[in-house]
Amino acid sequence: MTASDASSAAGAVSRSLRRTRPRYGEAVIKGMLLTAALVSVATTVGIVVSLIPPAVEFFRTVSVSEFLTGTQWTPLFAEKHFGVLPLVAATLVITSIALLIAIPVGLGAAIYLSEYADPRLRQWLKPSLEVLAGIPTVVYGFFALAFITPLLKDILPSGWTLDVRNGLAAGLVMGVMIVPTIASLTEDALSAVPHALREGSFALGSGKRTTSVRVVVPAALSGIVAACVLGISRAVGETMIVLIAAGVSAEFTIKPLGEMETMTAFIARAASGDVPVGSISYNTIFAVGALLFLATFVMNLISIRLVRKYREVYE
Amino acid sequence: MTAPVKDAVPTAEARRGMLAGPRFRPGESLFRWLLLACLALGIVFLVSLLAYVLVEAWPRLDSRLWTNFPSIRRPENAGAQSAIYGTIWVISFTALFCLPTGIMAAVYLEEYADQERWYNRLIEVNIQNLAAVPSIIYGILGLGLLARQLALGTTVLTASLTLSLLVLPVVIISSREAIRAVPRSIRQASLALGATQWQTIWRQVLPAAVPGIATGSILALSRAIGEAAPVIMLGAVTFVMFNPEGLQSEYTVLPVQIYNWISQSREEFHHLAAAAIILLLAILLVMNAAAIWLRNRYSRRW
Repeated sequence: MTASDASSAAGAVSRSLRRTRPRYGEAVIKGMLLTAALVSVATTVGIVVSLIPPAVEFFRTVSVSEFLTGTQWTPLFAEKHFGVLPLVAATLVITSIALLIAIPVGLGAAIYLSEYADPRLRQWLKPSLEVLAGIPTVVYGFFALAFITPLLKDILPSGWTLDVRNGLAAGLVMGVMIVPTIASLTEDALSAVPHALREGSFALGSGKRTTSVRVVVPAALSGIVAACVLGISRAVGETMIVLIAAGVSAEFTIKPLGEMETMTAFIARAASGDVPVGSISYNTIFAVGALLFLATFVMNLISIRLVRKYREVYE
Repeated sequence: MTAPVKDAVPTAEARRGMLAGPRFRPGESLFRWLLLACLALGIVFLVSLLAYVLVEAWPRLDSRLWTNFPSIRRPENAGAQSAIYGTIWVISFTALFCLPTGIMAAVYLEEYADQERWYNRLIEVNIQNLAAVPSIIYGILGLGLLARQLALGTTVLTASLTLSLLVLPVVIISSREAIRAVPRSIRQASLALGATQWQTIWRQVLPAAVPGIATGSILALSRAIGEAAPVIMLGAVTFVMFNPEGLQSEYTVLPVQIYNWISQSREEFHHLAAAAIILLLAILLVMNAAAIWLRNRYSRRW
């Protein structure tokens, strides 16, 4: 009897905690918010939907192997060749130049900010790096074309002839553009490393440099790799700098002193010209776009995975 | 000074000195300077970029820039009025489209979404990926889907929608951070007093998160203002001689106008491009300063 009393009392309590009537308004609001969140999914779907049909159309005329292995790229000329390798080579060369600058400089800046800089200095240094990230890329392109290229002409040995538009200047400036991306993500990863690890290292008698390089950096490695992969993804996808400073020649070359056209620059140039809708030249834009989207998609996923990994370890 | 005597018992001071290591470690200070040089490189680059653009722009920094229209024949009379108005139109509608959507999505992901559910995780990974998709791909989306298949044409509307989708992930990510920074105890107190979940969000969480959301939103819009690549694909490339009059209007925007002038071979156009760059950077500087001011003025530590 007492037992059943107690259980019915418990039942009454749990009933009174339950809401007394359904709240339709709350449900409607939740639905609206979910819809807003789904806009981002719709964006991805939209990208895929806008890429696939013209790309499929393209590959009806041009075989995939011709596209991926051909070394001649003249889709906008009368005599058309659809080998994407010149664009890929130009993209890789310019990206490599950019990374040669961005990875060491970005890592160095991040290690300084996280391990060495005292808070007052940091307060000034970090925002100025962020300013660098906020400058529109068209401005970087102008700077590469009008300032860096003439500067390089003076610096380079006389035997090297540099075109007015060239891959080298574009790559160098792009490298500086990516520095803030790599530096800020790396710094996040370094700051997430627990202090106990540093103290342990100091206790064993290592100096600041040994601690930073041998203990903190390895401990944050997955985050650092994620930062670099994201940097590569940004370099591959950057358009305005290469469009302005690297030129339009789609010759198959890895020499960065002459003109080179990247995948992004081709897309922008072809799409801003007068290309009739539905023509093979128009579809080419989407085929190159699909390749670019796929490449950056894979890199982004790797980067997201790696970031999650270091978060799991330390946070 | 006396030279240290061998075998002598070290004084306390000397022992402390030994613990601190040798006074001068060339490797250590070299490494430190190397790291500082990395930072300095970025800052030197920034300063020389600004100085160069300012010097190039100097002869053209006057009212012609905002009172005249672009002209291909007479660079000395050309200005960027249509591009300035175009930027205002496009960015206003971008803000109108992307800010409500982004903030609502952020509220859903922070307050309602159960992170264990696969679809919520999908939304999350999807947003992180979208934040890193090249802007030119958004141009393809705008061209292929909005301009052609939905037949919106290359108008202010298409450009605003495309830029909205481009900066949406940035708005969502920064708004989520602002919402997450509001402590749990505030929500619990509100719920304990009988408020519903939405009342808690609307009356407690959002007001507390407004400074952070506003800061993130301004930074996202300043990214949209500087973006040229997707807009180039959406018909803003020709010399536009009129200001936009509505959503269906043709348009150009500042970064695209700058790109146009850079592509011209005549020297006068480069001065003009530099002047327009100064204008663009000034707008961005004002917006960033506003964002930083908001953050410092209204941000609360809990």
